[in-house]
Amino acid sequence: MAAVSSARQGADRDGPFQLRGNSFTMMVLKVNDPASPDFFTQLAVKVRQAPNFFRNAPVVLDFEELTEDTPRFDIAALVTNLRALYLLPVGFRGGPRPVHEGALAAGLTPMPAGRAAKLESAATPAADPQAGAAPIPAPPPEPIYRPALLVTEPVRSGQQIYAEKTDLVITAPVSPGAEVVADGNIHVYGALRGRALAGVSGDTNARIFCHSLEAEVVSVAGLYRVSEDFGNDVLKKPVQIFLRDGYLHMEPQ
Amino acid sequence: MGKIIVMTSGKGGVGKTTSSAAFATGLALRGFKTVVIDFDVGLRNLDLIMGCERRVVFDFINVINGEAKLSQALIKDKRIDNLSILPTSQTRDKDALTREGVEKVLNELSKDFDYIVCDSPAGIERGALMALYFADHAVIVTNPEVSSVRDSDRILGVLASRSRRAEQGLEPVTQQLLLTRYDPERVERGEMLKVDDVLEILAIPLLGVIPESQAVLRASNVGMPVILDEASNAGQAYLDSVSRFLGEDVEHRFVTPQKKGLFSRLLRRSA
Repeated sequence: MAAVSSARQGADRDGPFQLRGNSFTMMVLKVNDPASPDFFTQLAVKVRQAPNFFRNAPVVLDFEELTEDTPRFDIAALVTNLRALYLLPVGFRGGPRPVHEGALAAGLTPMPAGRAAKLESAATPAADPQAGAAPIPAPPPEPIYRPALLVTEPVRSGQQIYAEKTDLVITAPVSPGAEVVADGNIHVYGALRGRALAGVSGDTNARIFCHSLEAEVVSVAGLYRVSEDFGNDVLKKPVQIFLRDGYLHMEPQ
Repeated sequence: MGKIIVMTSGKGGVGKTTSSAAFATGLALRGFKTVVIDFDVGLRNLDLIMGCERRVVFDFINVINGEAKLSQALIKDKRIDNLSILPTSQTRDKDALTREGVEKVLNELSKDFDYIVCDSPAGIERGALMALYFADHAVIVTNPEVSSVRDSDRILGVLASRSRRAEQGLEPVTQQLLLTRYDPERVERGEMLKVDDVLEILAIPLLGVIPESQAVLRASNVGMPVILDEASNAGQAYLDSVSRFLGEDVEHRFVTPQKKGLFSRLLRRSA
């Protein structure tokens, strides 16, 4: 099920760098009227409401509302003023040609156009300056929560359990010949005697936890180790397994 | 309504048929109307173990196919009143077992009998699946060695996912372990798995430990369920297991090597 490759581990881990794709969630600051005298005062009010949330937050500037007729404005100054509010503009999207060129000159990265998440509504109360008197901490963007897959019965030889896009929690033993797989972490509150593959969709932060490590194979994000290579310090012990610096680490608890 | 018990193991040769015969006989001895069915189509053995092979006219498959009535195929045991045997066909194969056919026969049997013991074939294919599908209770027959334990684990997984109770979301099939061919002396020498090792992996309640015994082969050869040999360890262990199955609290015997008598100790010392 998991694309297990030790070759990749060998190729990457010795080099001075690793190139990997990743995706990040960023705020988009939609710029409607950059020339407005209230632009920074209103933005400052909003930032003050949730200073921790906004501090050093990477921001993508959205110029899609601007047209050729929009008066010229100094993009470098805009960036400087945003930094003064502890926002870190990293990219931009849209905008007429002069704006586009100005943004590139200011060191911003052009981003592909996309659909914005509804972050704006989370911080809406700030739009009303009167309501802004009592600071309400704006909640961070709600992650889409997927409850962990909970298994309370022993996982038997020949059975396979896959926790898609979530964690797997097993409160019973996992037998030899069984396979437990998760996109997230795997917790086994019992003996782990089968195969356990965590982070199978590539999450290198995934971990495996078990009460007694007697597994046939363990793997995190495709890096694996077979039981033959388990040391006596971890065998039949409570163990945590995770990736660090491209290596699979097994730590007795 | 009769209760359906399946004797199953995954692995072959661990003692399913011996245990089915003994267990069914034990339940009948305790006064329950019991029938034992051979699901091993094509490899008919139960009738030999029960000593009724010369009285088989119609069989389980004939009844499924409507070629005979259930009453024609059932063989009454000559030793015990409450016990009947439903032998299987030696000439057909497992495909002759249809779910509807098996269900029809089991439904009819459960009107008349208190317990229906299904002797499963080895494997996890059609025969074994049909034997366990309708079960209320499962007795997992296991030898104290790793391959048998792994196969038993597999069959427990099948019970938990592919039995009728699992498919219909009913109360799960109750599962108990019958550890057969146990040799306490070999266990002590580390040549066999300990009871606790097996229980740790299978994680189901222990119904009984049947010691390795020459009485089993002797009984098979004369067509007598070993439980009727009350002088033997194996026979006594099966009697204990039946009692435990019926909810009685009986201490486990035959799990540690028997104490050496003075005579054998003297012999050992001089040796």
